[in-house]
Amino acid sequence: MYVSYFPGCTLKTKAVRLDRCARKSAEILGIELQELDSWQCCGGAFTSAADEVATKLSSVRALAEAERLGRPLVSVCSACYNVLKQTDHAFKTDPEFASKVRRYLAPDECYNGGTEVLHLLELLRDKVGFENIAKKVVNPLKGVKIAAYYGCMLLRPSDVLGLDDPENPSVMEELIRALGGEAVGWSQRNECCGGYVLLESPELAKKRSLEISSDAAAAGADMIVTACPLCRYNLDKAGSGLPTVYFTELLAKALGAEVDEI
Amino acid sequence: MNRDNVRDEVIRRSGTDPRKCMKCGKCSATCPSYDEMEGHPHEFVYMVENGDIEPLLASESIYRCLTCMACVERCPRGVEPAKIVESVRLEAIRKKGANRLTPEAVAAVADEELPQQAVVTAFRKYAK
Ligand code: SF4
Ligand code: SF4
Repeated sequence: MYVSYFPGCTLKTKAVRLDRCARKSAEILGIELQELDSWQCCGGAFTSAADEVATKLSSVRALAEAERLGRPLVSVCSACYNVLKQTDHAFKTDPEFASKVRRYLAPDECYNGGTEVLHLLELLRDKVGFENIAKKVVNPLKGVKIAAYYGCMLLRPSDVLGLDDPENPSVMEELIRALGGEAVGWSQRNECCGGYVLLESPELAKKRSLEISSDAAAAGADMIVTACPLCRYNLDKAGSGLPTVYFTELLAKALGAEVDEI
Repeated sequence: MNRDNVRDEVIRRSGTDPRKCMKCGKCSATCPSYDEMEGHPHEFVYMVENGDIEPLLASESIYRCLTCMACVERCPRGVEPAKIVESVRLEAIRKKGANRLTPEAVAAVADEELPQQAVVTAFRKYAK
């Protein structure tokens, strides 16, 4: 299966394990993640304001390149996924926005709204199938209690993203079980870690993240799993002592990829 | 711009209709930043609707919203308060010299592991 791949700025630098473990796992699962030739940073957040156009162009260009290639556009980072999908939605539903965007794009960059944006978790669930992944597990995560942390970017706004039930998501728990691990139940899994507010008020980010990681610890988790580098950073800094890992690290390990050399 | 123009511009840019609000307070009840904001999400909605925007522009609340979309998801009337907060914040930071975040402030918080994502997102939210 061939798909276009949008890694994003952080996966090339501070979150290389999120990226490399995704690539190794994809290889084992027979998915060809083909990195777009000329992607630019998504900007990390979608601005809901209708008059904000320039900051959304990098996403539209990525959508357009994937459209020309005729493949779905896959991201592994929650934030890139969120921004790409919300930009795609704005383009398809707001003709005024779409026409402003067209004025900025070169004729050969034109986008027609034909790209399917997917998070890797969706691709694994809907196109590969967790039952097929389970068959390829060589190192089951036996006895490991894992708290699946969604935060906000994977789930909201749900009428645009549609990845999972925003109040009762299950895709990560299903993945954990397919890999032989135990998914713990906990209440803060879809609440915000504080995100970018870290640079405005480190105390607020810490307070939010500590509330989340303490809840996971109280539920008996050995670790928290996430798809977002900023969630991971905030949760690690919060100081509950619970380690945070990327879902692709668990996947690669369970599938027997050589992850330690990554 | 006079008061009504600012109001209309903030509402237009947000793409929302604050008149749909039934003042149930659910957005504020679910807001993870509630304790940090002196203007809470439901107050943004009715103050903007009333054109009472000056106090919001001057308040720290516009920088304490996490854009977590919990209020958007959980509002029973589809008002989307986060978009109103964002529109007010843009009204504030688009003014000349009103950037909230400086590279120096980032350097003060940054350590080895700080992901780029944090920096690009914060600049998008706190500077024009
Ligand atoms: S949840 Fe919606 S309807 Fe209720 S106060 Fe907030 S904006 Fe108004
Ligand atoms: S988006 Fe902002 S106002 Fe809405 S719940 Fe989250 S922090 Fe509160």
